[in-house]
Amino acid sequence: MGKVIRFLPLIVFIALGAVLYRGLFLKPQELPSALVGKSVPAFSLPGLKNAERVLTPADLSGDIVLLNVWATWCPSCRYEHPYLLDLAKSGQVSLYGLNYKDERQAALKWLDDLGDPYLLNVFDEAGRLGLDLGVYAAPETFVIDHHGIIRKRFAGPIDAKVWQQEFAPLVKTIRQEQARGE
Amino acid sequence: MLTRILCLIALLFAGATIVLAMPSQTQAFDDPVMEKRYQSLIKELRCPKCQNQNLADSNSQIAVDLRNEVYDMLNQGKADMEITSYMVDRYGEFVLYRPKVNQLTYILWFGPAVILFIGVVIVVIAARRKAASKKELSLSAEQQQQLDEILKEKD
Repeated sequence: MGKVIRFLPLIVFIALGAVLYRGLFLKPQELPSALVGKSVPAFSLPGLKNAERVLTPADLSGDIVLLNVWATWCPSCRYEHPYLLDLAKSGQVSLYGLNYKDERQAALKWLDDLGDPYLLNVFDEAGRLGLDLGVYAAPETFVIDHHGIIRKRFAGPIDAKVWQQEFAPLVKTIRQEQARGE
Repeated sequence: MLTRILCLIALLFAGATIVLAMPSQTQAFDDPVMEKRYQSLIKELRCPKCQNQNLADSNSQIAVDLRNEVYDMLNQGKADMEITSYMVDRYGEFVLYRPKVNQLTYILWFGPAVILFIGVVIVVIAARRKAASKKELSLSAEQQQQLDEILKEKD
């Protein structure tokens, strides 16, 4: 007993050191989404290009859907845009946009100038859908599987490295699930 | 003249600091009870973007939006619980500055009390040991007598 007590400060020090060391590598910005495992929240919002058209979750169709939240006021969105164009070309996923708290004209000009990787864009001017999705900034990207269930939320811009690390394994998993008929 | 300009600059900076420290326009209520509920809610809810601030303190776009959301929901007659669970449904438990008591948060809620308890136990044990060792050091009646005799002989 006496020996244990003598080493207690050392043990506490090592334990504390381990906890704090681990804390150095945690990323508190990467919040888990409250929506992972749930379906896309209901919405009915106009399209970006066609304001007359009313879009609902049913319009986000495809095997694996990527819903990318973007805006022209967001510098990181400009950074990730070229990669989204590549991604759209690769055809691995169905890429949809959620134009978040933006101006329609500015957003349309952005797509004209920089290219349009999206199958469709939902125009969420008031940020209602953004709020229901738990979006707190742009860009954010949601992965929706073939059952319409949100599988992942990623905050921050996507590039090739991020795609390989964060998205590619999940896309593979979903493909396997589809192959098994789940 | 130079001093005057410097004073003016200093004042400008002071003014700017005050403006920055204040959250932009928060909503006002006619009913003081509602006002109080609103204030306590935006203090209890964490800003998802700037994580060490609550909604009341933060000026980020999302904090402004969420403050407006709280305002609207209060005006719709929603209960405080409904408003907090609405936020939790969207942003997760994380938005609560006072997390709910559950398996994940036991250590937050009870950790400090447990550590305090362990500390008290250690102090009590240490104090007792000290007292016990003091007792061992004191002389028995017989020993005291012997000591007295020795001392007497010396005299």
